Amino acid sequence: MKLLDFVKVLSLDVKSYSDGLQQDVTGGYASDLLSDVLANSKKGAIWITLQTHQNIVAVANVKGLAGIIIVGGREPQKDTLDKAEAEKITIMTTSISAFETAGKIYQLLK
Amino acid sequence: MVTNQAIEGSFQLIGGIFENAGNASIQLKQKLTELGIKEDVVRRAAIVTFEAEMNVIIYAAAGWLRYYITPQYIKIIVEDMGPGIEDIELAMQEGYSTAPEWIREMGWGAGMGLPNMKKNSDEFKIDSVVGEGTTVEMMINLTS
Repeated sequence: MKLLDFVKVLSLDVKSYSDGLQQDVTGGYASDLLSDVLANSKKGAIWITLQTHQNIVAVANVKGLAGIIIVGGREPQKDTLDKAEAEKITIMTTSISAFETAGKIYQLLK
Repeated sequence: MVTNQAIEGSFQLIGGIFENAGNASIQLKQKLTELGIKEDVVRRAAIVTFEAEMNVIIYAAAGWLRYYITPQYIKIIVEDMGPGIEDIELAMQEGYSTAPEWIREMGWGAGMGLPNMKKNSDEFKIDSVVGEGTTVEMMINLTS
């Protein structure tokens, strides 16, 4: 499935680098600890988090993640979005919780 | 590996400048990928470099990160002018951290940095002098 399919099904708001929506998604990872994501996330995964600061972009970039979903109605900071555009990282937001977002993505990937 | 020459690079890291976090890691990852080094090795090098950058940014006034790529190994050396580590054994324990609350709220400072660095290196050395700084040297083999 492509990132775009998840955006449609989960009604996500795309906040940066919409060109990335054609990327294939091969998994998911849910964590708010950046060292955990660095250590354990897999290339091609969608990352579910409530972190909004700019370091999430570098973590997603270095791990080759498909995109970042910021949950719980939180909004990414402007410098986060600027960095995401520059580093070609797709950031999406949703008002629903991490638990529900992960559940839906898990079902779609099964 | 397409070259027999050592390739090196260095980064200056400034304490508290979070916007630069990950830059050394991203650049090293690009270089290693261009050199055709296998994905798992690139992944490990990127993880240890990122964590090393974070430690300087979070705890030190400033530091240097240098890397060397040879046909046999990747070596990453990080030297900082920071507070130093009083009890290295304790600092190496997973989950132990002296990071302040606001760093933890950012999702850093979970006590995973040094253990991640050790776990993903083939050789890991750490030296620290309280009041002077910390040096970490990591090596990842390319020949095995």
